[in-house]
Amino acid sequence: MTTTVATVTEETDSPYALSHLDALESEAVHIFREVAGEFERPVILFSGGKDSIVMLHLALKAFAPAAIPFSLLHVDTGHNFPEVLEYRDRVVAEHGLRLHVASVQEYIDAGKLRERPDGTRNPLQTVPLTEKIQSEKFDAVFGGGRRDEEKARAKERVFSLRDEFSQWDPRRQRPELWQLYNGRHAPGEHVRVFPLSNWTELDVWQYIDREGIELPQIYFAHERDVFRRSGMWLTAGEWGGPKDDETVEKRLVRYRTVGDMSCTGAVDSDATTLDAVITEIAASRLTERGATRADDKMSEAAMEDRKREGYF
Amino acid sequence: MTSTTEPDKAQPLSAEQLSATTLLRFATAGSVDDGKSTLVGRLLHDSKSVLTDQLEAVERASASRGAEAPDLALLTDGLRAEREQGITIDVAYRYFATPQRRFILADTPGHVQYTRNMVTGASTADLAVVLVDARNGVIEQTRRHAAVAALLRVPHVVLAVNKMDLVDFEETVFAKIAEEFTAYASELGVPEITAIPISALAGDNVVEPSSNMDWYGGPTVLEHLETVPVSHDLTSCHARLPVQYVIRPQTAEHPDYRGYAGQIAAGTFRVGESVTVLPSGKTSKIAGIDLLGTPVDVAWTPQSVTLLLESDIDIARGDLIVPSGDQPGTSQDLTATVCHVADTALSVGQRVLLKHTTRTVKAIVKEIPSRLTLDDLSQHPEPGQLVANDIGRVVIRTAEPIAVDSYAASRRTGSFLLIDPADGTTLAAGMAGDAFAEAVETVEEAKKAADDEGWDF
Repeated sequence: MTTTVATVTEETDSPYALSHLDALESEAVHIFREVAGEFERPVILFSGGKDSIVMLHLALKAFAPAAIPFSLLHVDTGHNFPEVLEYRDRVVAEHGLRLHVASVQEYIDAGKLRERPDGTRNPLQTVPLTEKIQSEKFDAVFGGGRRDEEKARAKERVFSLRDEFSQWDPRRQRPELWQLYNGRHAPGEHVRVFPLSNWTELDVWQYIDREGIELPQIYFAHERDVFRRSGMWLTAGEWGGPKDDETVEKRLVRYRTVGDMSCTGAVDSDATTLDAVITEIAASRLTERGATRADDKMSEAAMEDRKREGYF
Repeated sequence: MTSTTEPDKAQPLSAEQLSATTLLRFATAGSVDDGKSTLVGRLLHDSKSVLTDQLEAVERASASRGAEAPDLALLTDGLRAEREQGITIDVAYRYFATPQRRFILADTPGHVQYTRNMVTGASTADLAVVLVDARNGVIEQTRRHAAVAALLRVPHVVLAVNKMDLVDFEETVFAKIAEEFTAYASELGVPEITAIPISALAGDNVVEPSSNMDWYGGPTVLEHLETVPVSHDLTSCHARLPVQYVIRPQTAEHPDYRGYAGQIAAGTFRVGESVTVLPSGKTSKIAGIDLLGTPVDVAWTPQSVTLLLESDIDIARGDLIVPSGDQPGTSQDLTATVCHVADTALSVGQRVLLKHTTRTVKAIVKEIPSRLTLDDLSQHPEPGQLVANDIGRVVIRTAEPIAVDSYAASRRTGSFLLIDPADGTTLAAGMAGDAFAEAVETVEEAKKAADDEGWDF
């Protein structure tokens, strides 16, 4: 006979077991309500991307039938996809929300930020973001960051304390035990809160499908003028592409992430429906950031370094 | 939906298949060179959860360090300092999935000075994997991991006896280690122990059954993770709802709506049930339950819900709603075991904040009767203070009465944090009641378990 001391039970999970999506939803709602209960001025970072759209949906469910007790904050790089801005404004109006905008373009125009030689504006978001947090005295800032996105994010707490300069110190994080989130902070400090910490890209898409959440159309396959740069399909536009040696072509593409046009690449795809998108992602051999984000490829610790400075 | 031209193996799962799966949270623990990173890397890799660009990044980084083969530890060591020092300094969370289940893995460092990290990982885990090196057997560190799992009441413990290839896949080596560990862990009250002989490096019994160990008839690590029951029978649990937030829309559509929002910490609640609100002791009946906007008749842990009560009584964040007749005691004196997680010490007489469920109250550390030595479970009396990574008994006096269950009865309503009121630092993780399961329980558990088919020594 065997010498195993295993007790593999044949019994199935109890009828009280939640599906993984229900478990993730319940956890995220708990996080939203904790923040509502403990903070004075929380805000949701809202980019019009799928993660922030799911956050907004969860917040609506968490406080139903009352309104969401938070406002929204968009860091506008000046190079956003028009479809996404249109979506943002429509959602804000539909739910009667208050939207704050921190504008990278305004900082550049005022001479407070300088355009980078590579043209990407993603790292430039940090200063307008952190200054807006200070000037509006936000004490809790919801972000749609997921731990599956990147290895530095895998180390992020759900409640992540930032100092008065919005800095993240990965070596001095508070241990996070059970579901007892510690949101205490000194005046000037704030807490970044990540309700989707335990979600994966696939979870987000499945949830969007299950809940019937509307998304900006750029997430679905469509014909678009794009050109090749650093192995990615970028959208041609006034932001600075294509250069003389880059040629524009019409391709059937879609986006896996939504960010600044200068560093967010499209993927070749014929997925025009949610089912098709889910099938495509389940079979993909690339992570979403690996497939479409130039800024994470800058160095091995690019995300960690930006997060230390206050990036979300 | 899915294309029929694709070969079976590449056939992705349908959305329906994917969303019907359950979630298992588990933690890994092992000493520095037991091969924990390799096991984690193997689980991620063999379950096809490592994607091409991640593997390429690891290959690039490994090559730039002059390594010949890709170092899978780089997949999991995410911080600069970790990569520079080649050690894991903090808990990281990993995600992977099989058609049966989704997994959240708390990857906890094995270093002695990071006991607090294993406590962090174990606090939310349904299962803990304790890794040992087959050549070394059960060592001090193994006993420490078992003790932490027992202390945190992790329901399932897996002993993964690694590096079986280095002991010629000998059954007797495995059997001896499994027996020694099981005896020790059972004594601590660990309810269920599964021992699996593996070689993480070669992949034996991690995802695929090993042809090198025909004598082993049990599951692989992944099979076990996929089949271990995650939820227990909740009908016998004490129902608990800590009130997080009061929802009052005060709109024309909902002028009188007053809902008590929270995540059910334990048990089930039903419409029509009589409930008592603690600490006030006022009673009412459940008039309705909203499950995120949808009315339901019954709800259970860990669902986030909103309860509507028949009578208009004063309830605020921090109150606990329980079934009338099934109440925890309320008290200002609390005896508990704490794991000290901060760099500054915890001393007798210190004023702290105590966060229990959704309630934070002022408190004072009245006594520290003993400090536990995890290696041999001996008690060091009256240590005066606890420093980082110490585990000790404490007696705490709170400024207001709180309704605390024993941690043995409810991990969620029996746990608490001690917080430094000056700067908000989390000082300690607390568990109310007895530290380890009573010896009598252990005997009963062992008897019950011995009757189960799976037990076969």
